[in-house]
Amino acid sequence: MITEYIWLVIALPLAGAVFLHFFGRFLKAPLPGVVASLAIAGAFAVALVATLPFLQGTDHGQGILLWEWMPAIGANLEILWDPLAALMTLVVTGVGALIHAFAIGYMHGDDRFHRFFTYLNLFAASMLTLVLAGNFAMLFLGWELVGLCSYLLIGFWFTGESAAGAAKKAFVVNRIGDLGMLVAMMILFAVFGTLSMEGIFGEASQLGAGLATAVGLLLLLGAAGKSAQIPLYVWLPDAMEGPTPVSALIHAATMVTAGVYLIARSAPIIELSTTAQVTIATVGAATAIWAATIALAQRDIKKVLAYSTVSQLGYMFMAVGATAYVAGIFHLMTHAFFKALLFLGAGAVIHALNDEQDMRKMGGLFKKMPVTAVTMGIATLAISGIPPLAGFWSKDEILGSLFNRGGWFSVLWLVGLITAFITAFYMTRQWVLVFLGEPRWADDAHPHEGPRVMTVPLVVLAVLTMVGGLVNTPLRFTLEHFLEPAFEGVRVLHPPAGWLMFAVLAGISVLAGVGGIGAAYLAYNRPKEDWERFESGFGRVWGLWEDAYGVDDIYGTTLVAPGLKLAEKAAFKVDLPAIDGAVNGLGFLVRRAGQGMRVFQTGQVRNYAAFLMVATLLLMIWMVVGG
Amino acid sequence: MLTWLILLPVLGAIIVALVPARRKELHLPLGVVISIAPLALAGYLFWAFRPTAGFQFSETAIWYENWGVGWRLGVDGISLPMILLTALLVPISLGASTSIEKGAKGFVVFVLLLEAGMFGSFLALDLFLFFIFFEAVLIPMYFIIGLWGSERRVYAATKFFIYTAFGSALMLGGIIALAFFQRDTGTPSLALIDLMQVGLSQGQERWLFAVFALAFAIKVPLFPFHTWLPDAHTEAPTAGSVLLAGVMLKLGTYGLMRFNLLLFPQASVDAVWIMGSLAVIGIVYGALVAIVQPDLKRLVAYSSVSHLGFIVLGTFALTTGSMQGAVIQNFNHGLTTGALFLLVGMIYERRHTKQIGELEGLQKVMPMLAGFFLFMALASIGLPGLNGFVGEFLVLVGSYLTLPALTIVAASGVVLAAIYMLWAYQRVFTGVPVHEENRSLTDLTPREIGLLAPLAALVLVIGLYPNLLLDKIGPSVDVTLRYVDVATDYDPPTFGYSVRVGGEAVGNR
Amino acid sequence: MVDPGWYMALAASLFGIGAVGLLMRRSVLVMFMCIELMLNAVNLTLISAGRAMNDINGQVAVFFILVVAAAEVVVGLAIIVSIFRLRSTASVDDLGEMQG
Repeated sequence: MITEYIWLVIALPLAGAVFLHFFGRFLKAPLPGVVASLAIAGAFAVALVATLPFLQGTDHGQGILLWEWMPAIGANLEILWDPLAALMTLVVTGVGALIHAFAIGYMHGDDRFHRFFTYLNLFAASMLTLVLAGNFAMLFLGWELVGLCSYLLIGFWFTGESAAGAAKKAFVVNRIGDLGMLVAMMILFAVFGTLSMEGIFGEASQLGAGLATAVGLLLLLGAAGKSAQIPLYVWLPDAMEGPTPVSALIHAATMVTAGVYLIARSAPIIELSTTAQVTIATVGAATAIWAATIALAQRDIKKVLAYSTVSQLGYMFMAVGATAYVAGIFHLMTHAFFKALLFLGAGAVIHALNDEQDMRKMGGLFKKMPVTAVTMGIATLAISGIPPLAGFWSKDEILGSLFNRGGWFSVLWLVGLITAFITAFYMTRQWVLVFLGEPRWADDAHPHEGPRVMTVPLVVLAVLTMVGGLVNTPLRFTLEHFLEPAFEGVRVLHPPAGWLMFAVLAGISVLAGVGGIGAAYLAYNRPKEDWERFESGFGRVWGLWEDAYGVDDIYGTTLVAPGLKLAEKAAFKVDLPAIDGAVNGLGFLVRRAGQGMRVFQTGQVRNYAAFLMVATLLLMIWMVVGG
Repeated sequence: MLTWLILLPVLGAIIVALVPARRKELHLPLGVVISIAPLALAGYLFWAFRPTAGFQFSETAIWYENWGVGWRLGVDGISLPMILLTALLVPISLGASTSIEKGAKGFVVFVLLLEAGMFGSFLALDLFLFFIFFEAVLIPMYFIIGLWGSERRVYAATKFFIYTAFGSALMLGGIIALAFFQRDTGTPSLALIDLMQVGLSQGQERWLFAVFALAFAIKVPLFPFHTWLPDAHTEAPTAGSVLLAGVMLKLGTYGLMRFNLLLFPQASVDAVWIMGSLAVIGIVYGALVAIVQPDLKRLVAYSSVSHLGFIVLGTFALTTGSMQGAVIQNFNHGLTTGALFLLVGMIYERRHTKQIGELEGLQKVMPMLAGFFLFMALASIGLPGLNGFVGEFLVLVGSYLTLPALTIVAASGVVLAAIYMLWAYQRVFTGVPVHEENRSLTDLTPREIGLLAPLAALVLVIGLYPNLLLDKIGPSVDVTLRYVDVATDYDPPTFGYSVRVGGEAVGNR
Repeated sequence: MVDPGWYMALAASLFGIGAVGLLMRRSVLVMFMCIELMLNAVNLTLISAGRAMNDINGQVAVFFILVVAAAEVVVGLAIIVSIFRLRSTASVDDLGEMQG
């Protein structure tokens, strides 16, 4: 059976990374990229074959133990190959392979070309470790390794101070989330005596309500770190310092969705706690609208996409929080298609304009780069929720599910709807600013379409963006059916049944999307002075958005600076003077005592002899008289 | 065979001493070659060691019957990793000492004698013998720091010597007291196994526990007895730092596992909270202080304070997972911190500074060194897949059962570790080298790669397949914990719904 | 048989002469001789006490002391000679190196 060789999915990119690490420098420029792309394409092929049994319905998932890791705490390397893992694997390897290919063109000429593909392959292997994990410890292994690869790739151009700082920031912020994961695993082991998912999920009800809430919230903390949710989202915009294919692969399509995957995977635990569900969904909704407003005012083409990613991840959190796991995973998949496409397109634009990222210095690129413009246009429509593109189906399913659950979730539905409007607005703003209007780029730039290796992935992703949503429509819930075994025994929330409800809800959200697109088109398809006046019309609010609400500064003054001060106090006010001072003080006292005794050491033998004799005499007198 | 393990370095030291001082190009290579012999023997020992409980390859020869002291040696799963680590780090640290020019002969002799002393400490099953070795290692280390260190070497060496000797003097008192109590029960003996049989009153046991724990706590070093460590590390030559951090500190944690738990089980159980709290304070405090250290070596030294806190926490949490983690972390910390000190030494040899503020952009000129440094830094901050994670994760998950609140605090050390290590890496290695001194540095030589590669390989192998060690550690840990349970009325924390639902508390850890 | 008291008195006076000499004289050599005097005074008490009590241990102890004293004389004289060579004086007043 192919399932027994499923470890190949991890091993292939890993082997690619190892090979490139040691021998990559001996290969000529495009070759390392080709090797890396083949490795991940091979993983895709294996995953595809291994998914067939699920499609045929002959298999519902199984665990495969690779080897024992830390048996004393039930932490082993075991794979859980079920439809959910299969879907994630296909997304990661499929989109990953396209981005690998794109990067061959994008990174051309970089003197650490092979190193880039080493990291990219290592990332793929780590991400696949994460999604294939059948044990929380192994999931954590992948979880941290993708964080490492993200660190390495954000800081790939390490000579830039900001890149190095952004890399460290990403790692440290993620670590704060990981703390939540660690504590969650401690609790899980204490309750279940194992960290194996099969063992835990089978008996999840043993947790009890209180601990289920605790675990759910701790998992949320971990997920919020990795998936850039409030309050830990601040690392993702900075992460745009990395090369653009990295942003596409790691910070849009795959790694940042790990948090959503984690929550969906832990559905049997989330199931037990309404508090956790409400918190997750609310965090998602808050993040969605918060980041969307920031994205409105960004000038940097990649920053818009970064905040857009944060916002879309918020949608997914709303979904999985509301227990609409399938909707969340569905949106994860479609988002991977169109967001990767948007990032790659942005990369092509940046590449064409000699690394220009400021959208005010773009414009009128439609004629120069038609393929990029059209594909990015499709993606923009998709993310705005225009039917029948992929984003429409998944976003609508999320909103419908929220509406269906009612209560507090209706409020979240409304937030989602407003966010949909804002999303359509800022995405259209971006597309118009980049591709329409007057050319505003520098004179020495000669924008042109990239080579085939860059345009073909764009086209493939555009096709996926167009048809990808059809896997789960009210006509035929293929994905839903496919994922059923993975959510066995878990109540999954659905949109309200019936065509009428569907039509009404879809109509409202399409209206929001179309409204956003239209408004942005009207506002921005005009000369520069006009839309600048439009933006300044918002007054200080626009500045606040542009400055991302100043959260970085707030964190800096309320967390980083006091923390540093505390460390300095500990080191230079406590450790050196107090603790070490006490030790040296003790030594000083001993020496002072010695100083006092010096008078007896005259150096004259006869004095010593006299002391001796007097002492002996006194002793004898004492013995005679006292004894 | 264990006797040979101790004798080989001594014989080697004699051979090196016999080579005339003017043939100074011979001393270091000879030292490296000689120290391969104990490594081979330790390797054989590891291979031949059966994963069962109890001591193996035991040797006994009585020295003086009236006192019951004897040459009693043995190795079990707790000491085996330490033997392997010692045997591995000595040739590597000697190989890294090519910059020692004055008196290389004396240096090699002292390192080899140090090795013998460390082997003896880990192998001794007689308290008198243990004490001799425990003290004997101080002497060569004192000279290594005091003679071959940097500017404030005499201050650091003296502080190190007096501080640790103070602790062990108290322990000597404890050993003598224990010997007298034992004498009342039968034939005098200072063998560990006989001293375990002494029926101590609660007061006696607690006092003796405190005395032993103090000696070991200074050695570990446990907060607040740690201040000799940064000084000693900063001033010591590279080899001294490697062996100090890699092996000598572990004498403290090893002593706690081997002697405190076995000799004073009831007092150990009673002290779980105290030791756990000190350990956790050390974890957080050491990490916090490390963040702002201006000197790379001091930073690594304070990170050791933090990491060793995990080992003490794991030891006194008294669960299978936590103690397995503590034992394997003993080994892991030696690998990663040893390697980090090697790397700092390699930077120092080239640039003649360890000040973080004077270094910048080194990745550009020394990509290989930067790569090794990052690898080891990640291992040390517990990146899964590398060895540091295995130890810390076992400790954390295991300790949670006993000390949930403290362990959650301890886990925050993981975040702080990322901050101090990556911030230091950012400042030293990233950016563009502006200063001429930094721009003209050369990357690692093949010799240096040869020293680091085995450490890196072990870091990776243990990170992914820790069972290599855990298989052999496990039974010894189990038997130690079971002894503590049986000797006291300690009720180990249970876990897992099956145990609770089943009703019968089987002491499942 | 002579009354052991006389021996004791002799030993005491010898010891006293030695002690006073040790404290008063300056020459290292003479001081050394005084120490020997005191030592032998003790030997005398041991022998006479042993004889008086009919116990052989007193004589045994003296043999030990004699042997050790002989070794001590060798070392002590060697030190004195080398001090004299180094300083060309044997007066203790000039030797205050050990002052703390």
